[in-house]
Amino acid sequence: MAVRIQTQDFDTSAEITALRRARADIGAVAVFIGQMRDMNDGSHVASMTLEHYPGMTEKALEGIVTQAKTRWDIVGALVIHRVGELKPLDQIVLVAVTSTHRGAAFAACEFIMDYLKTQAPFWKKETTPQGERWVEAKVSDDEAKARW
Amino acid sequence: MIKVLFFARLREALGVASEELALPSKAHNVADLMAHLAARGGVWQQQFDGCVQIRAALNQELVANTAAIKAGDEIAFFPPVTGG
Repeated sequence: MAVRIQTQDFDTSAEITALRRARADIGAVAVFIGQMRDMNDGSHVASMTLEHYPGMTEKALEGIVTQAKTRWDIVGALVIHRVGELKPLDQIVLVAVTSTHRGAAFAACEFIMDYLKTQAPFWKKETTPQGERWVEAKVSDDEAKARW
Repeated sequence: MIKVLFFARLREALGVASEELALPSKAHNVADLMAHLAARGGVWQQQFDGCVQIRAALNQELVANTAAIKAGDEIAFFPPVTGG
């Protein structure tokens, strides 16, 4: 179980390979990658700055991964979230979960993302042609979390 | 003393990222502290009078405004999160 916050990009292939090869009883790997879009709320977005709360961010993500581990029979989990300035097409977040069978990996991966969206202290600020703006939290994200 | 942190839109609006202050005598919970900050007036009142959505963390854990606070605590205020 690992959580990393970093400014630099990550090598998805290398990360998944390391997670996948950790144990021979792993039969499933579920992966989510969040990528930066060039459009949001009807505006073109040229870049984005991600701010976070050092210390709390790591604790919050570790807590979410621990909850996933208690709810599903998963083998390993990795969460990498980038902070700082990002451009469209940049990777933002990686969530990868391994398990013996696919059901647990799929469910835990989605659970971790839904919780991350509403519980982990990150904030996005976008640069648009109209200037800078903070991204508003979405009700649909709260609803997604409530499903679990 | 308590440490109070502000993030994102709130940090920009207040023009301050963190401060240390003596625990106000009437501040028993997070909501009391917010009322204390709002009483400073101006931009503090605008942000903490209840009209702006603000989340709170106590010692780096999300809490409701009814959470009790004491000297030595780290209390953070911020807008609803938007990561991922």
